[in-house]
Amino acid sequence: MSVQPTYSSRRILLPVKPWFIALTLGAALFLNLVPYGQLPGVPDWVALVLAFWCVREPLRVGMGTAFVLGLVLDVAYASAMGQHALAYVLLAFTAASLSRRVLWFPLMQQALHILPLLLATQAVMVGARLLGGADFPGWSYFLGSLSATLLWYPLNFLLLLPQYQPVEKDENRPI
Amino acid sequence: MSVVGHQPPPFFKRGPAPVARLAFFVVFSLALLVLDMRFRYLETLRAVVAAALYPAQRAAYTPVELLTAAAGYFTSMAKLREENARLRRREVQLAGALLRQEQLDLENQRLRALLEMKSRSAGNGVVAEILYAARDPFAKRVVIDKGWQDQVAAGQAVVDETGLVGQVTRVYPFMSEVTLISDKNQAVPVQIVRNGLRAVLFGVGDGQLELRFLAANADVKSGDVVVTSGLDGVYLPGLPVAKVARVDRDASFAFARILCVPLGGVEKHNQVLVLGSRPPVAELPVEQRPEEKPAKGRKAPRKE
Repeated sequence: MSVQPTYSSRRILLPVKPWFIALTLGAALFLNLVPYGQLPGVPDWVALVLAFWCVREPLRVGMGTAFVLGLVLDVAYASAMGQHALAYVLLAFTAASLSRRVLWFPLMQQALHILPLLLATQAVMVGARLLGGADFPGWSYFLGSLSATLLWYPLNFLLLLPQYQPVEKDENRPI
Repeated sequence: MSVVGHQPPPFFKRGPAPVARLAFFVVFSLALLVLDMRFRYLETLRAVVAAALYPAQRAAYTPVELLTAAAGYFTSMAKLREENARLRRREVQLAGALLRQEQLDLENQRLRALLEMKSRSAGNGVVAEILYAARDPFAKRVVIDKGWQDQVAAGQAVVDETGLVGQVTRVYPFMSEVTLISDKNQAVPVQIVRNGLRAVLFGVGDGQLELRFLAANADVKSGDVVVTSGLDGVYLPGLPVAKVARVDRDASFAFARILCVPLGGVEKHNQVLVLGSRPPVAELPVEQRPEEKPAKGRKAPRKE
């Protein structure tokens, strides 16, 4: 059992189930594989969910997971091998080291912490590709991070839902 | 049992420090980046991961497919009728050329036989469908639904009904990646139909192309049609590529700035034809053979 360490809530959460982490990361990967075409501002689901778990459970999800996910996305996106891996590893490290600080804030301010992280992740990828001789993809490329930040609130609710369940089933308990 | 030298129980087992792990992964990723971008050593690894990922990728494509199908279902009757009429008209227009093509091919073969020239290879190929644009925003690439299984190989040219679209750059078991001619790093050796002037065509982004390294006084006019020259040994000669849109001649630069628009449906999603690989470029012309004979004679003993 882990106490949710925020100033507003002392609610005791159930421990997270490893299979649920794997499931959500898999779902994020699947969402990333959907071909959105030229749609601007599609969030990088994997980066977002990865940042979430690295903040929430820094001992379970870390740089190893980030690296593997990055390599898979490099192949799926046909981008340079190691581009996503490098960016995600840096994201995982920073998110994990900021974890204690970020969780102290209410959700909206947490989102403000996540925004620069996601932007930096994209900046790392742009830097890697520009060094490789690619074109700058335009500022709209960074819109994805903004939309991902807006999703922080609903994502928190969704991904913590299994941990809100009571330990014992009690028919008379209201929640 | 003595207690001295006994390890304490691993209450706080944590592995290497985070910074050490970070350094390891960063160095590993940087090595991968260099190996891939500079030396292209990781194609097999890529193919393996891509094959494993293929079912998920197809599944992720399904919702898009469904939406497209639903949109197609609601296409109005009038639109379909109009398209049908247009295609019919086009078919009749092309019939004239097609009917004569067979005869021309035969005549061409006969003439080439008379002149003892190597016969031109007929274009054959695989029809493929563009699945989606690759999500890498740094390059112009699309993914088509044919791969090794259909004898697609890297380097083949991809055309649609109006002109050259791109080139197959990476092949997976069931899919391939096509780099469009509008990609910044994609160069196509071309010539201008009107006067046979040879040049190289590059992509400049925003769907346009540029003829580079042509002198400021080169004989190029807007409206000129540009076709592949076939000098590279990759593209068949004579595939329509682009039309010159604008020519800027600035006396202060050595080269003219010539912008073209592609003729093929580059960056549109439809059916394409992957042309079969071109046979390797012919060896030395016949006239030089006699001079070479003594050289061969000299070489022969060395082999033994």
